Amino acid sequence: MKILYFAWLRQRTGIGEEDVTPPAAVRDVASLIEWLKERGPDFAEALQDTTAIRIAVDQEFATLDTVLTGNEEVALFPPMTGG
Amino acid sequence: MAVRVQREDFDVGAEIAALTDGNAQIGGVTSFVGLVRDMADGERTSAMTLEHYPGMTEKMLAEIDAEAHDRWPLEASLIVHRYGRLEAGDRIVLVIAASPHRDAAFEACRFLIDWLKTRAPFWKLEETADGATRWVEAKDSDDDAAARWETNEGKKRAG
Repeated sequence: MKILYFAWLRQRTGIGEEDVTPPAAVRDVASLIEWLKERGPDFAEALQDTTAIRIAVDQEFATLDTVLTGNEEVALFPPMTGG
Repeated sequence: MAVRVQREDFDVGAEIAALTDGNAQIGGVTSFVGLVRDMADGERTSAMTLEHYPGMTEKMLAEIDAEAHDRWPLEASLIVHRYGRLEAGDRIVLVIAASPHRDAAFEACRFLIDWLKTRAPFWKLEETADGATRWVEAKDSDDDAAARWETNEGKKRAG
């Protein structure tokens, strides 16, 4: 599974893009984020408030209960500020 | 209909001419150009860097563009959005809508900019004059502006 981080999520985790193999217990976006938070204090802090995070799965907007099977591209980012 | 995501500046007049030349069905063209301001939330800023999600950005802009064509009788449209470092006064975004009549052109242009602000994956990092940086926070007023265009069909598409 590919994880992408943008804007302050990229800065706080120190990672723009990574390939991960989550355990079988990770079945949706919410459980993926819980698992990512266990990987270190930077991740725990960046992902603490899920209401501040927007999610895309395979480049479509998704929610915490979007189901994951393991081969997706999951992007985590703050609310968008283009235009 | 077309969308472009680019680092380079754009020429508004040339873009309008290229979009409308040879199509005499077009009776009205509206455009919106977004610029970098030198003031944000009461603080002086000197520049900003626009980050985006390559791939999803183009896909979302194309969806927004297609939605405009579903809703209004447009003959042509264009969205150009820049990324990278931009200084105060620089152009950020261009939206053009062309239609046989002005009402559709005005409404579609407003719709395109309102929707792309809340749906296209861009993020602005502002630099103040002393070199400090901060991520621009999304504004409720932008959500409100986008929400005015919500329909049941639109909500379905947005998921």
